[in-house]
Amino acid sequence: MSSNNHEGVQKFVFDSIAIFGPEPEEISREATLESLDVDSLDLVELGQLVEEKYGVRLQPQDFEDVSTVGDAVDVIATKVQ
Amino acid sequence: MRGSDLPQSEGEKGGGVGAKGLTEASEGGCALVTGASRGIGAETARLLAQDGWTVGVNCRADTDGAGEVVRQITEAGGKALMVKGDVSESSDVDSIFEQLEQSVGPVRVLVNNAGTRDDMLAISLGDDAWLKVIETNLSAAFRTTRRALMPMVRGRWGRIVNVASIVGMRANPGQANYAASKAGLIGFTKTVAAEVARRNVTVNAVAPGFIRTAMTSDVGEELLRAIPARRAGAPGDVAACIRFLVTPAAGYITGATIPIDGGLSA
Repeated sequence: MSSNNHEGVQKFVFDSIAIFGPEPEEISREATLESLDVDSLDLVELGQLVEEKYGVRLQPQDFEDVSTVGDAVDVIATKVQ
Repeated sequence: MRGSDLPQSEGEKGGGVGAKGLTEASEGGCALVTGASRGIGAETARLLAQDGWTVGVNCRADTDGAGEVVRQITEAGGKALMVKGDVSESSDVDSIFEQLEQSVGPVRVLVNNAGTRDDMLAISLGDDAWLKVIETNLSAAFRTTRRALMPMVRGRWGRIVNVASIVGMRANPGQANYAASKAGLIGFTKTVAAEVARRNVTVNAVAPGFIRTAMTSDVGEELLRAIPARRAGAPGDVAACIRFLVTPAAGYITGATIPIDGGLSA
């Protein structure tokens, strides 16, 4: 399975968010970043993890309209593919 | 980890200033002290090296002074290297960090000490004198901090100490540019501290009063009468506080500004 497809990106994002503190079972596409206590610094770190994994640089404004984990996955998957 | 699962602080673990805690922090990483060829920066570099840090001794132009600091550290059994560059230039900041990362490891301790003065009453102060002091004392600290933060955040450990001044907290006619730069540094310290506290990265400032260094050699003795301690401080007085702030034991102190002034700001 290519890790660059949507499913691979989603798994990567879920695993990355787990590093920031939430319990893995709390992380779902529908979960809001706020409910998971994922803050802007976490998103900066997520951006760096994405860049290291996929070679794609994200900008802070890419996350402007992101409120759920699914939103973040979709933004990143679009950039990666 | 949430709320009730908060990790123990390094103090709670009983690490104190314990050698184990400091060794773990310093292993594979280094400390960078800007403007370390003399004065407070040089003494800070020496004390950090005593505590086991490999120290990047930065200078802009005084390679003789920085070289002497490196020599003293290595003769005393410590590790240090000179990293030359002007921290008010972004390109130099990048090359300083790259040099340290490639030769030692990530910068885990950053002491923003580089500073300058160009005194004049505000009514007569030129643009060049204003900008020079702001760029060296404030903007440089921003650039080095920005560069240092991601490895510290990713590494879940970091110490940043900004050398401000009591002039950033109280008036001193003739130093509007210096005062603005140091007051700015204090505000910068608080906000960055709040941004990265969750990652076990602390950001603090020290605010020296009248300290006997080359930079205060022209300051008159009449100032001593205003100091409750009735004496000037020494670079070691400031360096000792910085040394404490970068230890694991100081892990719950962040966003603070600590005056080191013999009671002048009391």
